[in-house]
Amino acid sequence: MDKWMKFLEVNAPRIFDLAIEHTILVGLAILVALMIGVPLGIYLTTNDYLAETVLQIASVMLTIPSIALFGIMIPVFSIINQGIGFVPAFVALVLYSQLPIIRNTYTAIKNVSPEMRDAAKGLGMKTSQRLLRVEIPNAFPIIMAGIRTAVVLNIGIGVIAAYIGAGGLGVLITQGISRGDNYLIISGSIAVAILAMIADGILLFIQKRYTPKSIAN
Amino acid sequence: MITFDHTTKTYEGGVTAVNGVDFTVEKGNIVVLLGPSGCGKTTLLRMVNRLETISDGSITIDGEDSMSLDQIALRRKIGYVIQSNGLFPNMTIEENVMIVPDLLGWKKKEKRERFNKLMEMIGLSGEKFGKRYPHELSGGQQQRIGVIRALAADPPVMLMDEPFGALDPIIREKIQDEFLQIQREVKKTILFVSHDIDEAIKMADKIVLLRGGEVMQYDTPSEMLVRPKNEFVREFFGKDRAIKSLSLHTIKTLQEVIGLANIDDTIEDTITIHVRHDLRNTLSMLLNQEADQVVVVDDDDNRLGAITIDLVQKYLHFEIKAKPTLVQKG
Repeated sequence: MDKWMKFLEVNAPRIFDLAIEHTILVGLAILVALMIGVPLGIYLTTNDYLAETVLQIASVMLTIPSIALFGIMIPVFSIINQGIGFVPAFVALVLYSQLPIIRNTYTAIKNVSPEMRDAAKGLGMKTSQRLLRVEIPNAFPIIMAGIRTAVVLNIGIGVIAAYIGAGGLGVLITQGISRGDNYLIISGSIAVAILAMIADGILLFIQKRYTPKSIAN
Repeated sequence: MITFDHTTKTYEGGVTAVNGVDFTVEKGNIVVLLGPSGCGKTTLLRMVNRLETISDGSITIDGEDSMSLDQIALRRKIGYVIQSNGLFPNMTIEENVMIVPDLLGWKKKEKRERFNKLMEMIGLSGEKFGKRYPHELSGGQQQRIGVIRALAADPPVMLMDEPFGALDPIIREKIQDEFLQIQREVKKTILFVSHDIDEAIKMADKIVLLRGGEVMQYDTPSEMLVRPKNEFVREFFGKDRAIKSLSLHTIKTLQEVIGLANIDDTIEDTITIHVRHDLRNTLSMLLNQEADQVVVVDDDDNRLGAITIDLVQKYLHFEIKAKPTLVQKG
């Protein structure tokens, strides 16, 4: 225990800084992933053929081992002299989080009951009004569930980003492995887990807060 | 007024759901589209607010061809009630009811006033229910809300797709009565889909009986029951259509046409019945043998006379055989 206290005394500021770095990387990737995934998921509900193709591509993306995907990014972004660091890690994380976001958005909107959609049309709502006032609010919990999956997934995979020089909590773990320092490995892992729990907790709070009361159960 | 002129709906692949339908719904009338499932009644209804496209022919609403109007504007001018789940669970009752006024850009104060007035019409407190959500209301209350939502922006025309179909029989009857009461006030032009013969007889000024997308008969309920045009109509209304037709007449009309029997004061086992009771229920009561004599009373409890099975039968004979129908409702 004493050793732990000493370790933390020396390393706490660094762990904290790396956690911030990790949060920024994952947070920005999720924001961009949302801006792509949610509209795409909604659009796909109007085009079944395309939906199948896109969902399959997104599934394939998730089956690529994370370290390989980060690896692929290096030659691709070397073309614009960004082979290592923030940019390739960011792009890989955006790609990784597409599947849960697109699929949950698509499924959630598709599952809005046909009667409800019918009533919205019959009352004279335009497509945009129907989406904003009826379909998205009622699909909200499932869309949020997808976002939460994506966030937790990305916090975990973000660790690998350290290998391509993007920093974050992965730095502790990779250093720990190469130096055979268990304190670094364990503290890095615990920090990642805590970060994931905090992020999920916040998102769950948002989900509950903004889910219409009457569809919560 | 809604006019169907050779209205036809053919799906891709050649299936014809509605075939050359011609009829007119007069202003302020309720016309019920009745028929077995798959007869095209719901499709026909949905063609009016263009949730289904029109393949051939036309639908004219108050003199304007529905295809010449903007689809969104058209729908906002037509009230629409569906069987179930039509209320949006993410909105409060007040938001649900006020959707169309909201889409039309009414002011907050106007909306509030209108909401309270509509709630009053169905006997619910706007204050108490306005902030609640649909799932906190009973099925009957939800359906009432569905009806006033369609009435919210005071559209001249209403479409109702089996609006009371999901309710239990007791509540259904109550809401039907309530709706007829409202209709007497608001006098909308209503197209109403039903698969329930009793409901159709009760609600309709006229019935359109459909089969395979074609009109079998378009008539008043009593004409249709008493003078079915063909075998299909005869069979559809069933062998008990004479009994069904009795629900269109009250003791009052019987009294006016053939008069009531004298009251026998020596009989002790007597029950009373109100003069505005319909004859179908009266007959059931007589057949139940609840008492040896049934005395008819009016609003002030005046004893007008006695009614017997013989009298009902005599009246029925007179109605069917002897004279053209007289339509009497409520």
